[in-house]
Amino acid sequence: MTGTRTQSRRAMLGIAALVLLTAMLSVGLGARGVALADILSALQGQVETIGQAAVAARIPRTLMALLAGAALGLAGAAMQGVTRNPLADPGLLGVNAGAALAIVIGIAWFNIDSAALYIGTAVLGAGGAGIIVYLIAALGAGGATPLKLALSGAAVTAALVSFTTAVVLPRADIGGLVQSWLVGGVGGATFSQITPVLPALVLGGVIVLASPRRLNLLALGEEAATGLGESVAVARAMSAGGAILLCGATTAACGPIGFVGLVVPHACRAILGGDYRRVLPASALTGAALLTGADVLGRLVARPSEIDVGIVTALIGGPVFIWIVRRGRVAAL
Amino acid sequence: MSGAAGIQRQRRARLTRRLRFLGLCAMLVLALCALILSLGQSFTPPATVLRVLGGEAVPGAGFTVLQLRLPRAVVGALAGLSFGMGGAAFQTLLRNPLASPDIIGISAGASAAAVFAITVLGLAGLPVAVVAVTAGLGIALLIYLLSWRQGVAGARLILVGIGLSGMMQSLTAYMLSQAESWTLQAAMRWMTGSLNGVQLEQALPLLAALAICGGVLLIAAPALEVMRMGDETAAGLGVRTGAVRAAVVVAAVGLVAVATAMVGPVAFVAFLSGPIAARMTGRDGSLLLPAALVGAVLVLTADYAGQFWLPARYPVGIVTGVLGAPYLLFLIIRSNRTGGGL
Repeated sequence: MTGTRTQSRRAMLGIAALVLLTAMLSVGLGARGVALADILSALQGQVETIGQAAVAARIPRTLMALLAGAALGLAGAAMQGVTRNPLADPGLLGVNAGAALAIVIGIAWFNIDSAALYIGTAVLGAGGAGIIVYLIAALGAGGATPLKLALSGAAVTAALVSFTTAVVLPRADIGGLVQSWLVGGVGGATFSQITPVLPALVLGGVIVLASPRRLNLLALGEEAATGLGESVAVARAMSAGGAILLCGATTAACGPIGFVGLVVPHACRAILGGDYRRVLPASALTGAALLTGADVLGRLVARPSEIDVGIVTALIGGPVFIWIVRRGRVAAL
Repeated sequence: MSGAAGIQRQRRARLTRRLRFLGLCAMLVLALCALILSLGQSFTPPATVLRVLGGEAVPGAGFTVLQLRLPRAVVGALAGLSFGMGGAAFQTLLRNPLASPDIIGISAGASAAAVFAITVLGLAGLPVAVVAVTAGLGIALLIYLLSWRQGVAGARLILVGIGLSGMMQSLTAYMLSQAESWTLQAAMRWMTGSLNGVQLEQALPLLAALAICGGVLLIAAPALEVMRMGDETAAGLGVRTGAVRAAVVVAAVGLVAVATAMVGPVAFVAFLSGPIAARMTGRDGSLLLPAALVGAVLVLTADYAGQFWLPARYPVGIVTGVLGAPYLLFLIIRSNRTGGGL
């Protein structure tokens, strides 16, 4: 027992160190090379040279990447726990596409312009899409198998993206938005964009982080969970609600970013085992490290231009998805 | 009803039904073409359309009919035929309606390759189609290899395809966002498929693909039908299953990839055509020809609807995307009811 506990503590420390490292890289590295002295003075608030200004712009971007990554990792772990499905991911379940459609409709038809309304609409859209996808996959005998979940997610996503384009196309004034709703990114993030999403992220994070016991019971199967006195419906609704809050807020801030929620919990389970008391916090940290690292990578490989982080995560996550499918244990969990 | 006579009568009834369906579809395609040629933003009388098509110079109508409407009708119909036939060939070969090229990522791969050829390599016309076909074949091979694990299970193949499809789509989105002249129109074409701004020259690669790949598929159709009963049965009946499978995959990828290189991955046409044709003909005999005609009807109707029946002008892929998704969901729900399939 103590052996595994020290081991998992060590693993957690390692992941935390990774978060710190990627955050430092994200501030220090970019399309423009900046000398160490300039980086240090920029961190103290000086923005006199171009280099210092570039570093100053990287600070909110890094914060945004850390927050979005943590939110998506946590949401992915919760969704995989709630659906007991290894392929659950906010991107694959149509949740991101639902949030994007809701925001676009809000902008085009209801003229919403405050950040709080953006986030509210995004969460509504995310929740609606996630519930529809899950219900369709779960209909009838057999329940929501990974294949049915992935397919119904793909179908609903295709329809939602079509609708999103259909809403935006006739509106030349907001036509430029389409691109930002097809690919997610954290480039150009500012502190004024981060503040409004913080309450939703904190609330969703607290709900999910408070639910490891429920998720552990759900993992035993519905009957076992009910036998142990847990209301399965309440447990599912709480965790799923927290996850949807996290995804909706993240999509409202950064656009759709897929595969982080898929990859991260798998990595954490592989290192730390299946106990959600460890998997949830580890997923938040790993998600933050992964998204920040992917953003740094996207800035470095295409110099002097940048690759949006949503594309980097898809290129990293796609092979992992295929690896999970190939492992052939898609029915388990 | 007894014995051979009854069976023969049934067979004849089925054949009649099939021929009637084929005739009906072909007439529908022609009628749609006639509609597209004569009725757009303005009305051109059919007599004038015929005079223009006959080579006469008709002031006013000439440009509209020859430059705007004719390419749309011809390229749309040919692309629809290609998507429909290629999709049905995959669905028949893999014995699964979900294993259509647009769901398992072959269209997305061809589209990414076409965008690469255009924006990065600076190609245009036929070479783009060649790159798209090569990439489509590569993706098909990759899906097959990645889902191989003591045999290829349907579920694994489809899931691997969905994963690859996601990667290909984000590659396309990236290359489009990097292109110097990023326009919504261009992005629409490569993300969902569009007939806006097609040229008549684009019909040539499609015609070639239909003649070669379509010909191969129609020749292989009887063998493909036998293989629906299972590979061992087919082999026992003298079908060279390996050769047929290779020929069908290459030809079907060729059709879908060329069509994608010309008009983009028109959402769900390859996926929808086969099942619709099966429902209408009663699933007797090869679906390839009926599905091809259904594909042409789908593309032409959806494009026309997107242009004139909706409050704004939408590219064809948006219309088929919205139409196709409910059908996919229906398929998922129905397979749950019957408890098999997926």
